[in-house]
Amino acid sequence: MIPPPGLSEGAMLKFVRKRAVASLISLVGLIVMVFFLSRLTGDPAALFLPVEASAEMKQQFRELHGLNDPLLVQFAHYVGDVLTGDLGESLRKARPALDVVLEAFTWTLWLAVITMSLVTGAAILVGSLAAFRAGGFFDRLSSIISLIGASVPDFWVAIVAIVVFSVNLAWLPTSGTGSLLHWILPIAVLFIRPFGIIVQVVRGSMIGALSSAYVKTARAKGVKSRSIIFVHALRNAMLPVITVIGDQAASLLNGAVIVETIFGFPGVGKLMIDSILQRDFNVVLAAILVTALAIFLMNLLIDLAYALLDPRIRH
Amino acid sequence: MADHLLEVRNLSVEFHTASGVVHAVRDISYHLDRGETLAILGESGSGKSVSSSAIMNLIDMPPGRITSGEVLLDGVDLFKLPPHERRAVNGRRIAMIFQDPLSHLNPVYTVGWQIREALTTHGADAATAAAEALRLMTRVGIPEPERSLGKYPHEFSGGQRQRVMIAMALALRPDLLIADEPTTALDVTVQAEVLALLEELQEETGMGVLIITHDLGVVAEIADRVVVMEKGVLVEAGTVREVYKNPQHPYTKKLIAAAPGKGEMHAPAARAEPVLSVRDVRKTYGSFEALKGVSFDLMPGETMAVVGESGSGKSTLARILLRLDEPDAGTAHWKGRDLFTLSPAELYKLRRDLQMVFQDPTQSLNPRMTVFQLISEAWVIHPDILPKAKWRERVAELLVQVGLGPEHMGRYPHQFSGGQRQRIAIARALALEPQLIICDEAVSALDVSVQAQVIELLDKLRREMGIAFIFIAHDLPVVRDFADHVMVMQKGDIVELGTVRAVFETPRQEYTRALLSAGLDPDPDVQAAHRAARLQRAAS
Repeated sequence: MIPPPGLSEGAMLKFVRKRAVASLISLVGLIVMVFFLSRLTGDPAALFLPVEASAEMKQQFRELHGLNDPLLVQFAHYVGDVLTGDLGESLRKARPALDVVLEAFTWTLWLAVITMSLVTGAAILVGSLAAFRAGGFFDRLSSIISLIGASVPDFWVAIVAIVVFSVNLAWLPTSGTGSLLHWILPIAVLFIRPFGIIVQVVRGSMIGALSSAYVKTARAKGVKSRSIIFVHALRNAMLPVITVIGDQAASLLNGAVIVETIFGFPGVGKLMIDSILQRDFNVVLAAILVTALAIFLMNLLIDLAYALLDPRIRH
Repeated sequence: MADHLLEVRNLSVEFHTASGVVHAVRDISYHLDRGETLAILGESGSGKSVSSSAIMNLIDMPPGRITSGEVLLDGVDLFKLPPHERRAVNGRRIAMIFQDPLSHLNPVYTVGWQIREALTTHGADAATAAAEALRLMTRVGIPEPERSLGKYPHEFSGGQRQRVMIAMALALRPDLLIADEPTTALDVTVQAEVLALLEELQEETGMGVLIITHDLGVVAEIADRVVVMEKGVLVEAGTVREVYKNPQHPYTKKLIAAAPGKGEMHAPAARAEPVLSVRDVRKTYGSFEALKGVSFDLMPGETMAVVGESGSGKSTLARILLRLDEPDAGTAHWKGRDLFTLSPAELYKLRRDLQMVFQDPTQSLNPRMTVFQLISEAWVIHPDILPKAKWRERVAELLVQVGLGPEHMGRYPHQFSGGQRQRIAIARALALEPQLIICDEAVSALDVSVQAQVIELLDKLRREMGIAFIFIAHDLPVVRDFADHVMVMQKGDIVELGTVRAVFETPRQEYTRALLSAGLDPDPDVQAAHRAARLQRAAS
């Protein structure tokens, strides 16, 4: 096998710059939205001060946090703070909100990266082999498995998994962190749905690619089946697959709220739910900004992968 | 028995489809020697490509099944080889090139990678493969071969892509090259170049060439012998001259008679008041000048053929005249009114007068509408033409007029053959009683015998109903039979405009002469003379 050719460096830089500018514009839009929407939720003073607090105290609290300024002035301050990297304090934890969020986000990022790597590898392999002998035994088996995987609700799987593997068999811890064993159940549960969905997309896309004219050419050249599947067809078939991988990865990066909560996993999804319940708005805002930034970065990666895979997109 | 390089004996192949078993080829036999070129001639559905797919082991089984026969390569039956030995034959001993090189080259790998792969697959090391790839690209005449190796298929022109395919196929000096309609999608001048390249390479390597084609001209130009196929059966075989001069089977006779370009040429009447007067139409796409100031007049009931190679601007012109695209400058007066300045409402009324028939009836007919719905849709849009009570009657009339029958009204497009579908498209255009029909390559996708019938139909409509035609085509013999005036376009300019006789018999421009001489004549003797003349011109 000969390694596929890379991009020219100039074209690559230009491409990245273009996408970065577009992403930045979207990010600014998001900051505006998050800011004003959060201000619509009501007067923070009423939420953070004790019920019996006097009007004077509330006034003082608003003064302290600049809440008496006109909305646009507040926004200017907020943007100024965001630009210097200051997302405010977490009122409950008395630490910078950004630190709290980044700590949780690191957990989620690891969870998402490990899960999606496993999903991608497994789904491509299974989907490709199913497509190669479409209609055969393996294809039908993988269709059933992937259909089940894409359909079962993850909270149910999570609970059943805890009952079976933690409570009854006592092989794995029920929740929390601390050892490698703690990772196994969350990853396994999060694996199922994206795997089911991506297998189906890979299979469909590969069937199209395998019946294409260039595959006929490869067969006429005497290329081996393995190389036809994984070199000729797969790269062409990956374009729609990558989009779906991006979607699935994004939903994990947002924080797999339910699964993280069930397993007591200290990720950003659990943090967001906790902060909303505790009305810690600075943390919610920071969490939204951080995950949004992560998703923008990931979309940039997806776009780059597109361009890397298909030379026609580069022009 | 290793007398022949390739021998196909009593081959039968069937396909199991939802609507039953299709016998794609039945008991066919032919042979091919080294250094020889055999053409398999046939129309769509004749099974002409099936035997080559069997030779190349490209038939998907199921649904395909080889029910009898053997394919001997130097006496060895390819069907009996174990899979890994069978695979080693492909590319090394037998190679293949296809009709549409853009879809047959992998879009995501460089052409250099794809040529090298042909070599490394059969055991060459990377350095040898790289050197060979460069030599091959140079040999097939790709400009800047070194840089071109790093380019992707979409960055080449159609002719260059076919050259790349040829380079890839010949990488391992195969004994046999199978070419499936290798020049069908190419412009005539490019077709001539590609065929010449194939012949040169055959002379160099001594390979046998099996060429599959529907085009008698290609057969006359390149083949030594020809076998003719009809509906899966081999009906005639012989040398090209024998078969052309003295065909035995009725089907062969019909094919040869249907070849366009032999009839009496039209002699247009003296020019009267033009129905369409086009002046200085210009259009640019970005920095590309598609039309650089086109002007012509069209008389009522006259056919103006527009010929030219791809990129000459002929389809752009059609789109602009129908206002499917807006011109940058120019006027087009239709019965005294400028089409380009009409408001959408006025244009809507005028649409009735101007209709279009497209190249591919499979794509231009909505597959979910019946023939009745397709044709009567025009009256739904323009209700003043015909009261609803008369629709069925009128659709039946139109179907009869285009050579179909009223019983076809309730059927869907997929139930018809390509030629019949194009008749439906014509009936649909006629429903609005137009005075001008623009045909964009309307007969190019059809088989020769069907082509002749459709042309005859169009000519009848012109004579009887006085419809004017703008007939865009790349196929010069068809133009010769049908056009009154011919407009030759090159790179957005009209290079020559005159009566069909003047253009075909006394072309004034070098480009027109080049186009005419690149066209292939079905008569092997005439084609041999063309060729001699061409070689002489090239030498001088």
